[in-house]
Amino acid sequence: MMMKRNQIHRHAREKMIRCVFFLMAISSIVALFFIMVFLFKEGAPLFKTVSIREFVFGVEWYPTSEPPDFGIFPLIVASVFATLFSALFSVPLGVMTAIYLSQIAAKKTAGIVKPVVELMAALPSVVIGFFGMAAVAPFLQNVFGIPTGLNLFNASLMLAFMSIPTICSISEDALRGVSPALTEASMALGATRFETILRVVLPASISGISTAVILGLSRAMGETMVVLMVAGGAAMVPESIFDPVRPMPAGIAAEMAEAPVGGIHYHALFATGIVLFLLTLAFNIFADYISARYRQSGEASL
Amino acid sequence: MKKIKTALFSIFSILAVCFFGLSPAVSGSLSIKGSTTVLPIVQKVVEAYMAKHPDVKISLSGGGSGNGIKAIIDQSANIATSSRFIKKKEMAAAFEKGSFPVPFAVAYDSIIPVVHPDNPLTDLSLDQLRRIYNGSIRNFKELGGSDLKIVVNSRDTSSGTWEVWNEKVMKKERTSPRVQTLASNGAIVQAVSKNRHAIGYIGIGYLNPRVKPLKVNGVNGDETTTLNGTFPISRPLFMFTNGWPEGEALNFINFMLNPEKGQKYVKESGYVKLY
Repeated sequence: MMMKRNQIHRHAREKMIRCVFFLMAISSIVALFFIMVFLFKEGAPLFKTVSIREFVFGVEWYPTSEPPDFGIFPLIVASVFATLFSALFSVPLGVMTAIYLSQIAAKKTAGIVKPVVELMAALPSVVIGFFGMAAVAPFLQNVFGIPTGLNLFNASLMLAFMSIPTICSISEDALRGVSPALTEASMALGATRFETILRVVLPASISGISTAVILGLSRAMGETMVVLMVAGGAAMVPESIFDPVRPMPAGIAAEMAEAPVGGIHYHALFATGIVLFLLTLAFNIFADYISARYRQSGEASL
Repeated sequence: MKKIKTALFSIFSILAVCFFGLSPAVSGSLSIKGSTTVLPIVQKVVEAYMAKHPDVKISLSGGGSGNGIKAIIDQSANIATSSRFIKKKEMAAAFEKGSFPVPFAVAYDSIIPVVHPDNPLTDLSLDQLRRIYNGSIRNFKELGGSDLKIVVNSRDTSSGTWEVWNEKVMKKERTSPRVQTLASNGAIVQAVSKNRHAIGYIGIGYLNPRVKPLKVNGVNGDETTTLNGTFPISRPLFMFTNGWPEGEALNFINFMLNPEKGQKYVKESGYVKLY
C-alpha cells in the first residue's frame, strides 16, 4: 500500500516535471509566433495601396515625398550583397581558424586564441560601427582612391568581423566532434595531416560547418547598427562594390522613429521587416536541409 | 534642560524656514508634447524649470509636430512644440473644437552646408545646392572647384534637419538615390571632415573647425543673418498654447523666453536663440 502511494507520487512528479519543461520549450515558440503575427498584421495593410510586385521590385524608395514611392529592391540587393561579400571574408577566416584551433594548434596557443576570437563576439555592434566609420572609411578612401569610404565594401568587412566568432566557434565544435578513430585511421593509412584534415575531418563535419556558416550569415543579414553607420545609406542599386548602399535593417532603423504610427510609411517599414524575416527564414531552412542532407552517421558514409 | 531648549529652538527654526523661507509656490502640472526637433531644447529647459519649481510636475513627450498640435486642438496637452507653423486645416479643426492655438516663436533652427576644410569653395547658391542634391551636378569642377566627384551626404527623412533642407533647398524635389544618408549631425561632421569629396549639412550648433561652412547665396550663416532673415536655410521653432497661457503654462513660457533662463539652453542645444 505504502509502496503504491509512493509510486503514484513519483508518477505525478514525473508528469509535472515533463510539463514544466514542455512549457519552457513552447514559450519561445509562442513568443516567436506572436512576433510573427504582429509583423504581418502591421505590414500587410501596405499591400492595399502598393502591389507586392511594386514593393519588392520597385527601385525608387521615397517614402515621404508626395506622392510616395515604396520600392525596396535596392534595399534587398544591398542586404543580399553585403551578406554575400561578408561571407567571402568571414567563411574562410572563421572556418580556417576553427580548423587551426581544433586540429593544429597546441593546447596553449589555442587557450589564448580561442578566448580572443570569442571576445570579438562580445564587442558591441555600435563600437564596430564606429570603428568602421572613423578608422576604416578614411583608410579605404586613401588606399583605393575612392570618393567615399562608407560603402558596400566597408559594410561587408565590418559584418564579416561580426560573424567570424559565430562561424568559428560553431565550426570548431563540429570539427572536435569528429571521432578520433577516423583521423587515426587516416594517419595509419599514411595520409599526411593536411590530407587527413582535407579528406577526412572536413567532410565528416561538413554538416556542422554549414550550419555555422549559415547562422553566421543570418546574423550578418539582420545586423542593424553596423550597416546603419558604415554602409552609406544610399537607396540605390549598387554598380560597384565601392558604392554606398542601404541594407534593409538600416532603412527600418533610420526611419521608424518618425514614421507616423498607422500611416503607409509605417506599414511599409513593417513590410520591409517581413521581407527581411522571410529571407533569414529561407537561410535557416536551407541550413537545416544541408545539415540533414550531409549528416554523418557513423563512419560509413565517408 | 538647556539641551532641550536648543533642540526645541532648532526644530522651530526649521519649521519657520519651511513655512516662510520658501516662496509660496503654486503647485501644478504641465504636459508638453510635440516636435522631436524642439525636444532637446525643451528637455534642458524643463530640467532647469523643475529645479527652480520642484513642486511642478511636467510630463514631456515627442511624437512629432503634428501630434503636438493635435494635442492642443483636443486639449490633451498644455503646450505643444512644433518645428513648423500651424496649418490652415489645423486652425479650422481647432476652432471647431473650441480651442484657440496661440503661437510663440522660441528659437531658430539654421542649417549650414559644409565641406572638407581643404575644399576651395566658399559660396553656393540655393539652386546649386539643389542641383547637387538632385544629382544633376556631380563634380566640384562644375561649381568652379577642383576636379573631384561629389559625395553628397544627407539625413534620414525622420530628421528635423532633413525637413528644413527638403523644404528650403530642395523645394520638396526628390534627392538623387545616390545621396548617402547618415543618422546624425555628428555622423555628417565625421564623414565630411575626413573626405575631400564630401558635402553635407548640419545644424548651426554642430559647426566645428573640422568642417568648412559654406555661404549660401553669398550670406554667411550665423546668428545675426538667421535673426534678420537674410540666411535662407532657417526656420523658427514654435510653442503653442490653447488661448493666451495662464498659470503654470504662462510661467513656463516666460521662463522659456527669458534671455537669462530658457534662451540660454537654446544655444546649448545647437539652435539659434531669439536675442
